[in-house]
Amino acid sequence: MTDQAPILIIIIPLMFALMTPLIGWIRKNLCYPWVLLSLTLSALSSFIILRTVLLRGIISYKLGNWDPPWGIEYAIDHLNALMLVIITVISLIVAVYSKKSIQREKPDKIVHFYTIFLLQVTGFLGMVVSGDLFNIYVFLEIASLAGYALIAIGDERAPYASFRYVVIGTIGASFYLLSVGYIYSVTGSLNIADVARLLPELYNSNVILTALVFMFAGIAIKMAMFPVHAWAPNAYTHAPSAVSALVAPLMTKVAAYLMIRVSFTVFKPHYIIDVISLNSFISWIGAAGIIAGSIFAIAQNNLKKMLSYSVVAQIGYIALGIGLANSYGLTGAVLHIVNEAFTKGCVFLAAGGIVYKLGGCNIADFKNLFRKMPFTMTAFTIGAFSLIGIPPTCGFFSKLYLILGSIEADQWTFVGVLLFSSILNVVYFFRVIQTAAFEKQMSDYSREDPYEKVPMDEVPLTMLIPIQIAALGILLCGIFNSEIISSVIKYAIPPGL
Amino acid sequence: MIDFIIERYNFWIYVILMMIGLYAMITKRNLVKKVIGMNIFQTSIILFFISLASKRGGTLPIMKQAHGLENFPVDPSAYINPVPHVLMLTAIVVMVATLGVALAILILIYRKYGTLEEDEILKRMQ
Repeated sequence: MTDQAPILIIIIPLMFALMTPLIGWIRKNLCYPWVLLSLTLSALSSFIILRTVLLRGIISYKLGNWDPPWGIEYAIDHLNALMLVIITVISLIVAVYSKKSIQREKPDKIVHFYTIFLLQVTGFLGMVVSGDLFNIYVFLEIASLAGYALIAIGDERAPYASFRYVVIGTIGASFYLLSVGYIYSVTGSLNIADVARLLPELYNSNVILTALVFMFAGIAIKMAMFPVHAWAPNAYTHAPSAVSALVAPLMTKVAAYLMIRVSFTVFKPHYIIDVISLNSFISWIGAAGIIAGSIFAIAQNNLKKMLSYSVVAQIGYIALGIGLANSYGLTGAVLHIVNEAFTKGCVFLAAGGIVYKLGGCNIADFKNLFRKMPFTMTAFTIGAFSLIGIPPTCGFFSKLYLILGSIEADQWTFVGVLLFSSILNVVYFFRVIQTAAFEKQMSDYSREDPYEKVPMDEVPLTMLIPIQIAALGILLCGIFNSEIISSVIKYAIPPGL
Repeated sequence: MIDFIIERYNFWIYVILMMIGLYAMITKRNLVKKVIGMNIFQTSIILFFISLASKRGGTLPIMKQAHGLENFPVDPSAYINPVPHVLMLTAIVVMVATLGVALAILILIYRKYGTLEEDEILKRMQ
């Protein structure tokens, strides 16, 4: 059974997704436990995979027992296994949370929501687990199409935001497909390991250069990297809360994983760094994204929009780490993917909780929120600390590694950018925390005792517990960062960097 | 130079189709026209993949005789590679699904704003 874990992790959510409409037709309330069961099973198989990879090294699973260059291979190394655990854990947390949230926001679409929710998770897992370039495209489109549909069921401006995402996202996916075509035309193979073996002889070919450019453009669009990020903020703002908490942390991170895979496995680091020096371009774009995303975030009055621009800024950190292309920088990038998945999950879940209670998320309405919703706001503050980079949260350590990487690469500008961005993060998060903690509502001044207890008005437990678990995840990732790095991430760094 | 263009006319058509699609997506203000542009863009990629695999005088990659026999009636170098064609079958399915999702979203937009002109929609959002 454990040998089949690499395929089970795809099959379980896919089959459960296809059966969800049936379950919903029998009884609507059964959908929720059904989805939880499915995600628990795939989380279990992801842990089995991680354990197998840690004990026995890289897994290669032949689909239908066809040998790799011809058949589809699922190749799982330490990086894939880590990503699988992150995806399944975050989606399980969001699924637990989604019950009350989706009942409030879209009561008539519960069955459809859960069906597409599982398809979305299938897409993410498939992109990570697959070792075949075309198979990755198919899963990329499954994840994107599910994402378009999930975003479109949001508030009244959601369909238009989603339409823009469809158009731009399709261009990105098509660029990726085109690049696969170029690679296939010169190597005659789609298997990543096989392509990586065949490519070095062709590094002076223009076809390969074209393929690389198309592939990076496509992935950058899917990743919401700075100059092509325009679809992301609106899509994440207008989506239902549970969807923002699923798509915002995971879609961009899975695309970031793909970028690491393409730069260091499909193409060898030697090609990216020495032959065309694409990496310095990526890190400059990343640095520009950090500053631009943070400045846009400061200008927002809507909490969810602010967090969406923060996603753009955080993608900048990951791109910067990938572009540095040394062992510290890449460790920082991978650790930042882990950290960002939990942190963005946590803050978007908390924002969803605030929307649930207040009906909107305009920052000006947050007065006295710390007394009304102490637990939610505490989790939000932990998330904010992680984004700013205050120890012992995980954000501090990933930024530390990125700074060490910049110093090692002699790029002092990036050190400056990373430190300056922390200050910008402080500006936009402390605006929220200050409003919620210290400002009082006008009615409070007229009261005789200004310190009179404001009645606590927390979100329901099924929403509160996932928020707390995500916050706990941030702290645990921070405290055990050296264990994560020494047992998993260390092996994910390609040799020779 | 002219020969160079004419010999590879299918690749030139793919580039032109792709540019038409991009142009429609960028400049057209009507959302349905944008979707049509998106479809042309995706179709151009299918043409590219099919062009990769085609050959003049090519034939089916099917053995006419069993293994072990001496004389093959068909020369293996004349076989057409079926993999890009099969990949494009999948890509067409993806295209149809994208088109379906895009049209469904357009219906939602039309119900909300009563128009599919981008300028009008942006005006009504304010």
